[in-house]
Amino acid sequence: MQFSASTLPLPKRLLGFFAVLVAVTAAVAVVGIILGMVGNFLANGGTHVTWEFLTEFPRNSNTEGGIWPALAGTTLLVMLMTLLGVPVGTATAIYLTEFAKQDSWFARSVRFAVNTLAGVPSIVFGLFGVGFFIQFMGGNIDAAFGTSSFGDGSLLWSSTTLAVLTLPVVIVSVEEALRAVPRDLREASLALGATRMQTIIKVVLPNSVTGILTGSILAVGRGAGEVAAILFVGVTYSSEVLPSAVTEKFMHLGYHLFVLSTQSPDVEKTLPLQFATTLVLLGLTFLLNLTAILIRSRLRKR
Amino acid sequence: MAKDLQPKIEAHDFNFFYGQKQALFDINLTIPERRVTAFIGPSGCGKSTFLRSINRMNDLIEGTVINGQMVVDGTNVYDKEVDVVTLRRRIGMVFQKSIPFPKSIYENITYGLTLNESRTKAELDEIVEFSLRRSALWDEVKDRLNHSALGMSGGQQQRLCIARAIAINPEILLMDEPCSALDPISTAKVEELIDELKDTYTIVLVTHNMQQAGRVSDFTGFFLMGSLIEFDRTRTIFTSPSKKETEDYITGRFG
Repeated sequence: MQFSASTLPLPKRLLGFFAVLVAVTAAVAVVGIILGMVGNFLANGGTHVTWEFLTEFPRNSNTEGGIWPALAGTTLLVMLMTLLGVPVGTATAIYLTEFAKQDSWFARSVRFAVNTLAGVPSIVFGLFGVGFFIQFMGGNIDAAFGTSSFGDGSLLWSSTTLAVLTLPVVIVSVEEALRAVPRDLREASLALGATRMQTIIKVVLPNSVTGILTGSILAVGRGAGEVAAILFVGVTYSSEVLPSAVTEKFMHLGYHLFVLSTQSPDVEKTLPLQFATTLVLLGLTFLLNLTAILIRSRLRKR
Repeated sequence: MAKDLQPKIEAHDFNFFYGQKQALFDINLTIPERRVTAFIGPSGCGKSTFLRSINRMNDLIEGTVINGQMVVDGTNVYDKEVDVVTLRRRIGMVFQKSIPFPKSIYENITYGLTLNESRTKAELDEIVEFSLRRSALWDEVKDRLNHSALGMSGGQQQRLCIARAIAINPEILLMDEPCSALDPISTAKVEELIDELKDTYTIVLVTHNMQQAGRVSDFTGFFLMGSLIEFDRTRTIFTSPSKKETEDYITGRFG
């Protein structure tokens, strides 16, 4: 018997060949685009990313100097956002998977809210931040405690706004992780006389650490690059000092890039700075993702 | 029920529903103390559902309804006053799949112990050794108590699950097809263990394996389509069953 010659008619064989060709081309194109982008930034801004660039304040109306306050501001923002958003998101996911009756109207409305939240344009979150966090919460805090620092845009309100924005990401990935914990494991714990809460704390959560981390990192990735949502709630285009309290304004890499490219007195002169800033922002995101991947693979092996 | 036997678990007209679907029909039986009672029957006959009703594991499934009584030591476990956590602490359970927690061997055993009461390290050490000895595992693992339980063989994992269950000092041990994923040698070890444990615990065993029921149990109940067809001494069930369905099943005519 012969197997070497295909028995398919020629048109079908051609079709198969073209399908593979299209798929490979698409895959190559994706890699090409990424390589092209990174290559472009590297070629134009690579030499500007120096230690001084990372650690110095901008000078001369952002046309010279470094990006230290923007780098620090972004990092602080993302950290605070994670601290605020991940616990709330995790708690919501725990409620949805462990406690809610799956077809109850309340669980369904929470789910509906989460899905809707995920589709809302980020600028709307920014406006929500102004209305809810700055004016309502901040205003009331100021009125109640006689302070004056809460009723204005700040690192704090930017973090809360971003935390709300990234909530769906956290909730969905933590929920997935919790559902992946085998039912047998929960039953084994309950059969030993553990309460539901003990089972969640001692068995379910430790077994979904990777999922919770993934959710956090995805949220961080989304939050770090987000500019529209924080436009009105605390980011500033220039700062001589780092924020010394959460109620102060801060600089941000993404916003800094926008400022450099549109608001500078001499945009041409800032071009290398723009490329270098982009490179740092990309590098930061890449570093975060890499950390996440490393943590996950280590936890998985355990 | 013979005179020397004390009733431990009694079901009175026990019915069980998954939503609209009825899974158990009017079950009446008495399980004696410190004996091994086996439930046999084809897949989906309700034997596992019945077993899981004893320590109320079915509570975890949404939409289940029961009526009738499941009496353990004179108390209906479905009474409103019954605290399900306390109930489960008196009834150990071993599942079909051996599912150690992804923790050390030591921590697996102490899991149930440290939930609601604090104990000294010495007490814990003692219970760990006792439980592992009772489950015939001590000599195999005593040098690696702090290693992950996931590194054990399947048979060892299942015996660890038994050790974990007896560590909380229950009176009843429920076993839901404990050997169905084990090789013959591990199965033999678990069966040996069941034989030793029945002096101390009331053991209720669900099994697919009729020979196993014949080997280890004192009493056998045959379930079919949600009904308890026959319940008697194992010897009687296997040699002179009174119902034709039982005989057909035992002799392999169906199932």
